[in-house]
Amino acid sequence: MSSSTSVGDLVSQPYKYGFVTDIETDKIDKGLSEDVVRLISSKKDEPQFLLDFRLRAYKQWLRMEEPDWATLGHPAIDYQEMIYYAAPRQQEKKASLDEVDPKLLETFEKLGIPLSEQKRLSNVAVDAVFDSVSIATTYREKLAEHGVIFCSISEAVKDHPDLIERYLGTVVPSNDNFFAALNSAVFSDGSFVFIPKGVACPMELSTYFRINSGDTGQFERTLIVAEEGASVSYLEGCTAPMFDTNQLHAAVVELVTLDDASIKYSTVQNWYAGDENGVGGIYNFVTKRGHCRGDRSHISWTQVETGSAITWKYPSCVLQGADSVGEFYSVALTNNLQQADTGTKMVHVGPRTRSTIVSKGISAGRSSNSYRGLVQIGPKATGARNYSQCDSMLIGDQAAANTYPYIRSQQPEASVEHEASTCRISADQLFYLQSRGIGFEEAVSMMVSGFCRDVFNQLPMEFAAEADKLLALKLEGSVG
Amino acid sequence: MIRPDADTLLEIVDLQARVEDKPILKGVNLTIKAGEIHAVMGRNGSGKSTLSKVLAGHPAYTVTGGSVLYRGANLLDLEPEQRARLGLFLGFQYPVEIPGVSNLEFLRVSTNARRGEKGEEELDTFAFEDLVRERLQVVQMDPAFLERSVNEGFSGGEKKRNEILQMALLDPLVAILDETDSGLDIDALRIVAGGVNHLASPDNATLLITHYQRLLDVITPDYVHVMAGGRILRTGGKELALELEDRGYDWVDQELAVLEVA
Ligand SMILES: Nc1ncnc2c1ncn2[C@@H]1O[C@H](COP(=O)(O)OP(=O)(O)OP(=O)(O)O)[C@@H](O)[C@H]1O
Ligand SMILES: [Mg+2]
Repeated sequence: MSSSTSVGDLVSQPYKYGFVTDIETDKIDKGLSEDVVRLISSKKDEPQFLLDFRLRAYKQWLRMEEPDWATLGHPAIDYQEMIYYAAPRQQEKKASLDEVDPKLLETFEKLGIPLSEQKRLSNVAVDAVFDSVSIATTYREKLAEHGVIFCSISEAVKDHPDLIERYLGTVVPSNDNFFAALNSAVFSDGSFVFIPKGVACPMELSTYFRINSGDTGQFERTLIVAEEGASVSYLEGCTAPMFDTNQLHAAVVELVTLDDASIKYSTVQNWYAGDENGVGGIYNFVTKRGHCRGDRSHISWTQVETGSAITWKYPSCVLQGADSVGEFYSVALTNNLQQADTGTKMVHVGPRTRSTIVSKGISAGRSSNSYRGLVQIGPKATGARNYSQCDSMLIGDQAAANTYPYIRSQQPEASVEHEASTCRISADQLFYLQSRGIGFEEAVSMMVSGFCRDVFNQLPMEFAAEADKLLALKLEGSVG
Repeated sequence: MIRPDADTLLEIVDLQARVEDKPILKGVNLTIKAGEIHAVMGRNGSGKSTLSKVLAGHPAYTVTGGSVLYRGANLLDLEPEQRARLGLFLGFQYPVEIPGVSNLEFLRVSTNARRGEKGEEELDTFAFEDLVRERLQVVQMDPAFLERSVNEGFSGGEKKRNEILQMALLDPLVAILDETDSGLDIDALRIVAGGVNHLASPDNATLLITHYQRLLDVITPDYVHVMAGGRILRTGGKELALELEDRGYDWVDQELAVLEVA
């Protein structure tokens, strides 16, 4: 009978990516010390400037404390009980995919990311990161023909040290916050993208992060630089096995755009969220920031956050160049006991800078979902404009949604507009759709995708359907 | 039109239902055959909308007794969407607004759900546009309404027209129209009534819930039922509606009092 079906049943879907790949790994013993930082750096054969960068960050981290201003609660994280480096045992990064351990290729294939020449996505280049290291990057030669560099950050350190030294840590300084400092000290891998002057990157770039080990933190570092007039669209995806312990994921992403450049950065985050009692799941403490350094440059963040036990994440834009544009489009879905505190910071520095924020929070189960956003207009940002829209959807009556918009303006002329709304999927709305022959699950999913449409429209075409499917999966379930 | 040999579409026997702990339907009996038009009248709060929602399968109502056969099968066993696909239609007294869901897409998905059940092929966006434009004429509705979210910001009368548009698309076997005439201006009433008459055929049946004779002037019922206290207290022909118009409901109350004492 329909009366026994609740929306709650629907949002509680088994996690599809919870398997573990059985592979030999090279790990550093658990715990964090200066020696561990040095060991990571030496394993990666890094130049002195990078070791110095790490050590400085480590010392800063020692003096810092975990931020506590977000509406999140979790048991204390023991930073000495964690492993900071785990890599599948294979000698060198392979020149050819044929030499990559077939178990790894199989893992990514199971995740829907085929890497082999015959099967890979036709217009998307992929960097595949497994635990702490990048195992393969596709289409590198084709991109190189256009002068585009797309590789793991470890390789970039070796092959393009000058670019790394020039840009690393310039958007998110190592002492920016507790988690950024930790990442700067121990980051193991991630992606590097460089689009030279005047080049529109000929394909979508994408990095897929997979946590495999149970006791390992993942600290990836991504850096994307678009020179004058360059443009790129980049997507990251992430999954992890189901463990009943919590793993820490503390990433840093830095974006830089020079004059007239644009970067579109999209995330589909589906880390393991823990079970229905809140046991296990990823703690996702991430610092993402873009710097519109050049005039008329453009940075756009789109995120679909569906996983993780805890999400603490504020992809931001520093709009320094005159007439630069920052955008943030977000869908955050929480269920069971998931907690999300996410939003953005738009820092208007230059004149006539513009920003748009569209945030859609969906809370189901007993979860808690907060939007936290700052719009800051500096004294030189004459004619700056911001538009923010924050909508919350509640499913069931035990979930919580909060909105914390902060506005700080030193420009009386600036225009800052904020709209917010909260709605609940009502039994009468669902019944109306059902009474027209539409199944319960499809009815929920129709309402949720309608709610998220403004954000999904921003995703690259290839992934918009993926996002729709991902939400449908999270919302789907056996009826009855 | 009453035909003794017509198929029985809906057979309600001693139906009882409650919402939370409050009994509302207290033994409803009603049989509807193909080709017939029934009208249900009765005071506010007598249980008319409850009956219609129980038939459509609203989860807030619990059936506590009795049975409902729809074309010979147990209706109460079916999910609401299944009832709709099999041709039971409820035009709501208060259609809800569904922000973010496009009216056109909603109409297409529901039409295809019904077509699938009938073994007809699914209509793609283009074929559906053709169909919906044709059916819009039945209710003389502006195609602009297709571009909006389902019922969002529609006026009372526009919502009712949208209900009849859905009926025209879904081609139901049993259509229950709960006060579709309320809130309509005179022209709209004529248009909607014309639509209902147009859709009525010897193969389907209509159950009109209404307070007003003016609707029954344009759609002539074969039977008129008077509901009171969660029961059908009296059944007659179209003249029963005129009698109510004349005498009001006091006499119904008296009959009900006698019944409830017994
Ligand atoms: N969900 C509900 N919760 C509580 N009471 C309800 C609910 N639904 C119906 N009722 C009660 O049941 C009784 C019958 O209501 P119903 O809507 O069926 O009346 P109606 O005959 O359609 O009246 P009207 O002519 O005013 O539309 C009323 O007393 C109403 O308050
Ligand atoms: Mg009613």
